Amino acid sequence: MAVQILRERSRGAVQKVVLGATREEGGTRSHTVTVGGDTALPFHHFEGEVSRPMLAMEVQDVVPDWPQALKNCFAGVLNDPGKWAKKCVDEYGADLIYLKLEGASPEGANKSIEQCVAVVKEVLEAVGVPLIVVGCEDLSKDQELLAAVAEAARGENLLLGNAEQDNYKSLVTACLAHNHSLIARSPLDINICKQLNILINEMNLSLNRIVIDPSIGGLGYGIEYAYSLMERVRLGALQGDKMLSLPVICTIGDEAWRAKEAYAAAIDYPCWGDELERGILWEALTAMTMLQAGAHILLMRHPQAVAKVREAIDQLMNDNSY
Amino acid sequence: MLIIGERINGMFTDIKEAIQQRNPAPIQEWARRQEKGGARALDLNVGPAVEDKVGAMTWLVEVTQEVSQLTLCLDSTDIQAIEAGLKVCRNPAIINSTNAEREKMEELFPLAVEYNAELIGLTMNKSGIPKDSDSRLAFAMELVAAADEYGLPLENLLIDPLILPANVAQDHVPEVLKTLQQIKLLSDPPPRTVLGLSNVSQNCHNRPLINRTFIAMAMACGLDAAIADACDEALIETVAAAEILLNQTVYCDSFVKMYKVR
Repeated sequence: MAVQILRERSRGAVQKVVLGATREEGGTRSHTVTVGGDTALPFHHFEGEVSRPMLAMEVQDVVPDWPQALKNCFAGVLNDPGKWAKKCVDEYGADLIYLKLEGASPEGANKSIEQCVAVVKEVLEAVGVPLIVVGCEDLSKDQELLAAVAEAARGENLLLGNAEQDNYKSLVTACLAHNHSLIARSPLDINICKQLNILINEMNLSLNRIVIDPSIGGLGYGIEYAYSLMERVRLGALQGDKMLSLPVICTIGDEAWRAKEAYAAAIDYPCWGDELERGILWEALTAMTMLQAGAHILLMRHPQAVAKVREAIDQLMNDNSY
Repeated sequence: MLIIGERINGMFTDIKEAIQQRNPAPIQEWARRQEKGGARALDLNVGPAVEDKVGAMTWLVEVTQEVSQLTLCLDSTDIQAIEAGLKVCRNPAIINSTNAEREKMEELFPLAVEYNAELIGLTMNKSGIPKDSDSRLAFAMELVAAADEYGLPLENLLIDPLILPANVAQDHVPEVLKTLQQIKLLSDPPPRTVLGLSNVSQNCHNRPLINRTFIAMAMACGLDAAIADACDEALIETVAAAEILLNQTVYCDSFVKMYKVR
């Protein structure tokens, strides 16, 4: 007698979000990138649609305070965001550029709004892939900065961040006015994550323009909390909870390279092994874990970590349906 | 938790008159109000007084569909009326209902399969509603076996363990709750469950309180759907809160509103 194979059937799907806009669509990107659309758990091709996760590489408007091993990959372009972005796309194959306007920070370089906007334009000129642009995490500076960026890049359908519970209205207004999408960021809390999506949606920004940043922990620093939270987000989406049915973006590079284990010198910790190899693996493993938990966009730094993860994605995207 | 709005029923005078006069306004008004209240399906019952049940059901489906996309639950003991309704339904419908009597199941299960409809199965036969949980469960098992026999997917079978008014059949209430729990053990995937909720408080005082207390208890025992008063705000709020407490949906501050608009 034939065995009937039972498959989980989902009632819902993860919303598709399109990033970027081509000339015909009012922007200047060479192509758009679509994330989401899944109707199954991550890489369960045998149960539904699985979308390909996208790799974004980080670029900053100031020379970042990164470990030397990491900075070496971008030697000669670290003080030129346009060239840096171009290198990420042309040499390292980034699907998207993640531009962090760290230089705007009043605690740091305290660059003017005009200077920051000029950097966004420079990067838009330099590459054809869609852009993710975030501020410097200073509440009042970011409000003004992101509004100016949204206006200057009108029609480009940037993915702008971050909208947070206490500070989402101005960014939503800017996205509505100038046709961009946004990142809704919550502090590792699924209830706030869902409520923030509701609040943003109530301002009439449609769900297909919102991406969730659940705030992850890096490998060894609370990654399991992020894993279980993202698992619940995906299960909620598949059960038809529209306010959780949004693609997920993860700050991999930031969290991985913050860990001492990723950068501490081998001379100080001989039994930990070579720090370059260790850092790359730390970032790649953080990314791999988040992929399994349902990440759609990975924000990464080291080109070799990116290459390893891309290879893994290629394998995971092989159809395993039966 | 699926709330199937109970209000479009010929037992109510306004609906009875609307059907007689073929006046769509009251039907459409109740369709809108129940949807706004939180119903995600609408029960349509032409009532006992109408002679041409086939014509009345066809008309009810058509005028309801003019204003609502919700799933329709065709409620009649007349199989011709149900089939006439199924023919004009745009979306897959719910058939309300069959009992566990062989001749009834032989007609209604194939009809549900043919029209890709869900089917409500009552845990009773010709001799009436059983008193205890075990006998209700035996009928539930017959309904599950029939689903298998006729090829109705188990998730399309809704078993109704039949609640009676608390003032005349108080001893039935715990039996129904026990049955709800055990129905979930009958198969994998398990059948879904439904109740005609308002029956529990028929001719009782403070009906809304009894209804909402019972629905929370029944949900904890595995109730998936209820034919109920979708315009009873406190009832809908109770359902929304129960879904949160049963971990069926992720909490957010707007949980009541989200229940109504989803």
